[in-house]
Amino acid sequence: MTRRVAVTGLGVVAPGGNGTKAFWELLTAGRTATRPISLFDAAGFRSRIAAECDFDPAEAGLTAAEVARMDRYVQFAAVAADEAWQQAEMDLADPWRLGVCTGSAVGATTLLERDYAVTSNAGADWLVDARLASPFLHRALSPAALAAEVADRVGARGPVRTVSTGCTAGLDAVGHAARLIEEDRADVVVAGAAESPISPIAVACFDAIRATSARNDDPAHAARPFDLDRDGFVLGEGAAVLVLEEWEHARRRGAVVLAEVAGFATRSNAHHMTGLTAEGVEMAEAVRRAMDQARLGPDDVDYVNAHGSGTRQNDRHETAAFRRVLGARAYEVPVSSIKSMIGHSLGAIGSIELAACVLALTEGVVPPTANLDTPDPECDLDYVPHTARERDLRAVLSVGSGFGGFQSAVVLTRARRS
Amino acid sequence: MSPVVTGLGVIAPSGIGVGDFWPAVRDGHVALGPVSRFEPNPYPVVVTGEVSEFEPEGWIDPRITVQTDRFTHFALAAAGMALRDAELDPRTVPPFEFGVVTASYSGGVEFGQREIERLWKDGPEHVGPYQSIAWFYAACTGQISIGNGLRGPSGVLVADEAGGLDAIAAAAGELRRGAKAMLVGGAEAPFCPYSMCCQLGLGLLSTGEDPTTAYLPFSYRANGFTPAEGGAMLVVEDEEAARARGVDVRAVVAGHCATYTGTQRFDRSAEGLLRAAEGALAEAGVDAADVDVVFLDALADRRADAAEAEAVRRLFGDRADRVPATAPKAGYGRCYSGAAVLDVATAVLAIEHGTVPPTPGVRDCRFDLDLDLVTGAARAADIRTALVLSRGQHGGNSALVLRRPEPIQGGN
Repeated sequence: MTRRVAVTGLGVVAPGGNGTKAFWELLTAGRTATRPISLFDAAGFRSRIAAECDFDPAEAGLTAAEVARMDRYVQFAAVAADEAWQQAEMDLADPWRLGVCTGSAVGATTLLERDYAVTSNAGADWLVDARLASPFLHRALSPAALAAEVADRVGARGPVRTVSTGCTAGLDAVGHAARLIEEDRADVVVAGAAESPISPIAVACFDAIRATSARNDDPAHAARPFDLDRDGFVLGEGAAVLVLEEWEHARRRGAVVLAEVAGFATRSNAHHMTGLTAEGVEMAEAVRRAMDQARLGPDDVDYVNAHGSGTRQNDRHETAAFRRVLGARAYEVPVSSIKSMIGHSLGAIGSIELAACVLALTEGVVPPTANLDTPDPECDLDYVPHTARERDLRAVLSVGSGFGGFQSAVVLTRARRS
Repeated sequence: MSPVVTGLGVIAPSGIGVGDFWPAVRDGHVALGPVSRFEPNPYPVVVTGEVSEFEPEGWIDPRITVQTDRFTHFALAAAGMALRDAELDPRTVPPFEFGVVTASYSGGVEFGQREIERLWKDGPEHVGPYQSIAWFYAACTGQISIGNGLRGPSGVLVADEAGGLDAIAAAAGELRRGAKAMLVGGAEAPFCPYSMCCQLGLGLLSTGEDPTTAYLPFSYRANGFTPAEGGAMLVVEDEEAARARGVDVRAVVAGHCATYTGTQRFDRSAEGLLRAAEGALAEAGVDAADVDVVFLDALADRRADAAEAEAVRRLFGDRADRVPATAPKAGYGRCYSGAAVLDVATAVLAIEHGTVPPTPGVRDCRFDLDLDLVTGAARAADIRTALVLSRGQHGGNSALVLRRPEPIQGGN
């Protein structure tokens, strides 16, 4: 018997507003949350803009002890998990059947860098002074801490782990969580991803490979996926958490089912750690497998949430992938990138995009691609420029590409009676 | 469909490659030694497990060597060894059906410390172009995929030590969904100053100064574990595909289960380990009575050891003091995400050789634990079913069951 996977809770911490409601308002209004970096002094960096969360951990309900213990990305996840768990109104008899699967690409970069600066005397000493380290530094070394903190909040005793496949981690974490349910290893899995990479080392990393936008004089219009005048992605931060639940489990307790995780697949391009091919063969393959699992064909896909990072290479890569796998449907189906509004939060963004897809299904609205003023002639699909569209959606596809060559695809469908 | 192990690639302080590793582990050699990865050593941990003989030359394309951290050098070299051991040419596998899953714990910290030093000392323009791909946790999976042309389903799991077993289970899951072969494992290179600084906070590292007594799990003198570098990669295949190409099936990955009992609450892990073991055995379709050997997590913390022994006791009941249990890692250290993968590799070798390797160094296993801890010399044993236990620093408990393959039936 196939075990189906329902989404019964949703929580978001994102640039431009915290909580699912503020997040959705931003997206449907087509507003951008990209701005000059305020989290550190970015003078001297090539890219000095980002999509930052206005996040006060105390206001968001975290205790002083939690704030001290958790790196910023863990705080995001904790708050998003609280919102999702509350919405799910979970009634679970057996904590050993409750799992957690979180995603992150770079983990506790912020805390690792802060304590590095302290213990190394601002970079002067190779042999860092361990006596100056925060007592919680060991929790920063491994992103397993992210899953553990979420597990402690919901009382999970089942499988608890983090998926760290670079920028597809947010999709892969939800996909992996769905499989834990499908394979009968859990009945409920709190799934999602978080990232807070807006720190000097991460910004310098992307400066070094010129992946990020240097449109420092016009940050509100810097994230421009599919636009001819794009110059890279804008770094973001945030978290999204979805409560995944075995379909019958949700039905028996009368839970409100927001959507179904109907398909997931990932493939690798075996091509380059950061580069993408012009053909998009592997992404197309991942999409085809995810659609197969969902038993859907190209004509069933009503919306594609693109990776849409706003690099020329990506935009052409995935446009080619969509043409390859969706055929004529690629030209009919709306394709948009919410990174145009909330930036690219690396490992978190896949889960945030899935949250947007769940809302698109429940609200019947396709979020737009902001800043798409001059379409790149090589990107010839309908990218939903500027303005959200009302549309009855039954099945949506979300894709991602990650450093390391990862190509992932998730298919969500509107909740329907079993 | 059964996932089976067909190739082993091992890089450990005890030896590079199975040919060196197995005799050292079987004979209970202690491969721990003084810290040499950085000097002087200002930290209280003075004994570690280093793979001192390993140099990337000869294993890795020099262009890739400079783009990657030592943990990825280990993973790439181990992956190459595993492929050769399995006699598997990736080009013979359907293009989208050969994937890679690695477990990770600390990522490419040494590379990361060098680059972050440049940033803080000299400025952002001095950070090199490879920091973004060398430091992050997905570096090994990505490089193994690219280096070997593997375009199948791939992943990176982080559950610290337990993640090694979770990764093997994830790879087995991909085979059940249709993949034909997977490279899976984990490697760790946690010995730069900043990484050591982070690990000290765990409060579980041994500060013993004598390599022969630094890491003594289940002993009255247990006083923390010795961290190590290294790891292992395995080739895991669909059994039919392996048999069809005429390669030896080394072991069957028969069952897995993971639980969680709280970050650094190893005292609470008894119930979690027990349930993980029971779940893994159930998936394997065998009973606790069928288990012939247990590879222990062996944190060498008094309460953690007691909790693990309690799990074993509750699993086996009256039989607990008669099931051989062992912790070969006491001889070479605990290499985080690679630790449990090395245990799985050792379990495969133990099954093949009918030999349970000892727990080196330990002579005084605590009587109150009721464990049949194999100490001193290796013990001959007919092993059909092996149970591997692992706990992660953040509270995961995982168990994996390996079974000896059934001999191919004769006749037609």
